[in-house]
Amino acid sequence: MTGIVSNAQVVISVVDLAKSFEDAEGNPVYVLDGVTFDVLRGETLVIMGGSGCGKSTLLNCLIGEYDINAGKIAYRTKGMDAAVNIAGMNERKLNGIRKRIGILFQSGALFNSLTVSENVALPLQEHSYVDRSIIDIVVTLKLQQVKMLGHRDKFPGQLSGGQKKRVGLARATALDPEILFYDEPSAGLDPVTSTAIDELMMDLSKKLQVTSVVVTHEMDSAFRIADRMIMLEHGRVLKLGRREEFEALRDAKPQELNTDTERLIHQFLTGANQGPLTDTDGMSEFEKLIVSG
Amino acid sequence: MGTRATGSAGSSGSRVRAAIAAVGDWAAAGLKQVGDRVRFVGGVSQLFNETSKWCFRGMFLPGHKVGWRSLVAQTVRVGVLAIPIVVIVQVFIGVILALQLAPTLERYGQMERIADVVGIAIFRELGPLITAIVLSGFAGASIAAELGAMVESEEIKALRAHALNPIRFLVIPRFLATVLMLTGLTVIADIVGVLGGFGTGVLVLGVSPSAYLSATREALVMKDFLTGLFKAGVFGVLISMIACYEGLTVTGGAVGVGRATTATVVKSIVALIATDAVFTAVFYVWEL
Repeated sequence: MTGIVSNAQVVISVVDLAKSFEDAEGNPVYVLDGVTFDVLRGETLVIMGGSGCGKSTLLNCLIGEYDINAGKIAYRTKGMDAAVNIAGMNERKLNGIRKRIGILFQSGALFNSLTVSENVALPLQEHSYVDRSIIDIVVTLKLQQVKMLGHRDKFPGQLSGGQKKRVGLARATALDPEILFYDEPSAGLDPVTSTAIDELMMDLSKKLQVTSVVVTHEMDSAFRIADRMIMLEHGRVLKLGRREEFEALRDAKPQELNTDTERLIHQFLTGANQGPLTDTDGMSEFEKLIVSG
Repeated sequence: MGTRATGSAGSSGSRVRAAIAAVGDWAAAGLKQVGDRVRFVGGVSQLFNETSKWCFRGMFLPGHKVGWRSLVAQTVRVGVLAIPIVVIVQVFIGVILALQLAPTLERYGQMERIADVVGIAIFRELGPLITAIVLSGFAGASIAAELGAMVESEEIKALRAHALNPIRFLVIPRFLATVLMLTGLTVIADIVGVLGGFGTGVLVLGVSPSAYLSATREALVMKDFLTGLFKAGVFGVLISMIACYEGLTVTGGAVGVGRATTATVVKSIVALIATDAVFTAVFYVWEL
């Protein structure tokens, strides 16, 4: 953490989170181990790390999709007197939390049998008690926000990847959530569309005053949108800090880096071929694991 | 000599160890298979339990309504589109039954009894069973593939993330559509199967139309029709639950979807025939 923050500023508090999966022999393999961090109200927190470091698993734990092995994920959204730990929470109570959050999935995850406007309307129809005419107005507003109003009667199969993400974002914000989660929002998009999605995310964060948690390994995008950043490595938090701290590490000359951690983060952020993430043969630890069987 | 004896003992010891290891591997693989089967039966039962609860809530509790548009869409996909293939298959079943029975019945001078056997066999057994087998390939495989693709494209996760229950939104319409349409298709199958037998009896085997129809009327009673419909309803439950379970538990991308589709058809057919055998035995004992 940078500085001291009051409890009221903390929207999500993750403490000593551990999550394992079983391997082929039934032995537990820990994907997350001892992960601890806070998400502050109104900030955009970017979670980054290499492939297989546990970013997506962490996101799935945060939204209650995965049961966790140990630790605590406490939400403190508006109107809550005290933080609520979602670990081990039943589906009904968890749904109460889920109605306060929005999620943009990597592929957009639109419902293919519904049109664009029906996709956005679905959470409103199910979780609000307003007239159809009001829902139509809200859907129009949400689609306008993501510049997809002209496509409201199309089916997801008729949209491009970037358009699907825009509609996914409109659906994620349909219930005016307090927290928005983004899973690889720039993945699979060309640089121009990726920048457009980033700007849309920043615009929505500002207009709707939401807290954003973004999982990504696209560095350009991460530095564009982040207030704070977390770097994960082998299921542990390697560094948590403000964007400027990571920018300083990225722009540092190799001789200015004092520790292995700094060198590793520098290599990840710059995408350099040489460094702690790869050995002198230019092989990553994952490639070495594959070669050694 | 001593060395050879030791070598022989050593090699026989290693053969014994290898044999024990092989037996152990075989037992472990067998246990894993049993575990997988138990997990499958448990998973399908749990899904059925959850589906029943959501059906109940949909019928009696406000705010849990069933998506009628989705139900109609599934009904068309599962049932209406399957009508031509069910008709074709069941006509052939009627023809085959009549032709297979003809030589034996002719030997006893009881050719018009073809109507009895065809009618009873189709109403009690082959109408619901063959229709269910057709539907397991026609609808079951497509339900599993569709749900599997939805799992892979994160649609199911998105539903849960929006606090929407996938069973209510995806399983209920498919479950109700399969049960309703399999029952309805069985009625059609019964009629066209008997018509297939009628056509063969009249046009090929020389039975008079009036004799055939009156023999059919005398042979069939309401319980033949109702037991067939009851079976059809249960078969609908089996197909929809197996297909939804396989679809919702897909892992491994496109390969996993393909595996789920195949597993749905194979497991459905085994479950259908085994259940039919149980029903037939129970109806026989209870003289239904």
